[in-house]
Amino acid sequence: MSRPLLAVEDLHVRFALPTRNVHAVRGVGFSMGREKLGIVGESGSGKSLTGRAIIGQVAKPGVVAASRLEFDGIDLRSLDKAGRRALTGRRIGMIMQDPKFSLNPVMTVGEQIAEAYRVHNRAGAAEAKKRTLEMLAAVRIREPERVWGLYPHEVSGGMGQRVMIAMMLIPEPDLLIADEPTSALDVTVQTQVLAIIDDLVTQRGMGLIFISHDLNLVASFCDRVLVMYGGRIVETCRASELDRAQHPYTRGLLAALPRIDAPPGDLPVLRRDPAWLGEL
Amino acid sequence: MSAPAIAVRDLNVRFGTSVAVDNASFSVAGGESFGLVGESGSGKTTVLRVLSGLLRDWQGEAQVAGHDLRQERPRGLARIAQLVFQDPYASLHPLHTVDRVLGEAAAIHSLDRPNQRIDDVLRAVGLGPEFRFRFPHQLSGGQRQRVAIARALILEPTILLLDEPTSALDVSVQAEILNLLRRLRAERGLTLLLVTHNLAVVANLCERLAVMRRGRIVETMDAARLRQAESEQAYTRQLIAASRGYDRANAAEIAFDA
Repeated sequence: MSRPLLAVEDLHVRFALPTRNVHAVRGVGFSMGREKLGIVGESGSGKSLTGRAIIGQVAKPGVVAASRLEFDGIDLRSLDKAGRRALTGRRIGMIMQDPKFSLNPVMTVGEQIAEAYRVHNRAGAAEAKKRTLEMLAAVRIREPERVWGLYPHEVSGGMGQRVMIAMMLIPEPDLLIADEPTSALDVTVQTQVLAIIDDLVTQRGMGLIFISHDLNLVASFCDRVLVMYGGRIVETCRASELDRAQHPYTRGLLAALPRIDAPPGDLPVLRRDPAWLGEL
Repeated sequence: MSAPAIAVRDLNVRFGTSVAVDNASFSVAGGESFGLVGESGSGKTTVLRVLSGLLRDWQGEAQVAGHDLRQERPRGLARIAQLVFQDPYASLHPLHTVDRVLGEAAAIHSLDRPNQRIDDVLRAVGLGPEFRFRFPHQLSGGQRQRVAIARALILEPTILLLDEPTSALDVSVQAEILNLLRRLRAERGLTLLLVTHNLAVVANLCERLAVMRRGRIVETMDAARLRQAESEQAYTRQLIAASRGYDRANAAEIAFDA
């Protein structure tokens, strides 16, 4: 069998705060190939920190430890800052939730995307601009030339998120980590943005880690799902079989979700079992 | 038949040159739960702001419990209709205890027995008296939203105006708040106007709904038809399909507005 694109074993993220120690990610382990892997969980489950730990973006005072953290055979733990920089963006990209906070407000969106290209490729300004306009067209922006010259405050949320996607995809990474990439968007725009990610992942053979709180969305979009609770993975299953999940937490979450085709009535409330936090 | 709890006719709201609400008309019967659905910028929250008296510059007709909103002073309106906001992290004063938040509403309206009322209303929203002297930062998101609902209920309104009351909450907490709203409605005979982008929440809590797009009401329908995904409007069908999850084929049918 070929080696996995990403292998994670016994990943921990800890924060030593003045008043207490927080153990936010507790022994997460998984490996993935060029597939769409979903990570679902509620707030505080550690799903976003898992993504950030992989790309080396856990802010101080957070400390990341793992017995294995390997991307395409490269040990991410042993990389120095320069080695990290060479990898981040070029081979591993990350899309954040809200384009309003992720784009540079004083640069036009075209310049930002072109900069991302030139950092990772030896290219002149003209070639970078040409590639940027192609990329903007690939994320289905109708008038790339016009959008090139817009500042982030001049674009809508959906377009801002497509700009982010264009910026992350232009270095053609092998692994894309998307943290709630569509949660700030309207549902119809969400469908369009997902379709773009879906097509690009399929065409370019990328691996995708899709972090979300939305079970329906993950079940319908991804190939495989990890369910996180209290910093641990409590269940792994095929996305298409999420409705047959075994773990009481997953089952409780699914039951608590209102459904558009269900009659009105009280929703079963999730009863949290302290044992779910215990050793597995 | 009694007058509707909420009646809106040919409502128009403009902000400068942009039209936020464009000739909207709908009515909500007493005791009914009505959903106002739409995406961002559709004007659904603006309608709510008119009905709660927060926005005074509009044209058309709007009545709440038979009171004409063009004449009614906002203070009188507060006893009839109360608003619950989306984000309980932003809508509660961080330096005020639960007791002060609830007590202030009682004091402004010179309610008798404020002490007893605060205890009662906290119990009604499922929080014990032990929560009374806590600050917002000592509460979870769901508990904060319960306090926000208690603050609305302490004036004993007949109408609750809810602006995305569960959007900032986790799924399991959302279920608790939806169950709470259903119980309070049954116990107190409340009329609910629920503004949300989430069709599943509307299907769970409402009998009727109106779908808004770009300031207009596109369609008014029974929630039963929503559950069957029977709609006459292409836009509503798109919304329903998108709410069911990701479908590559469905994405192709939606045209970009870029």
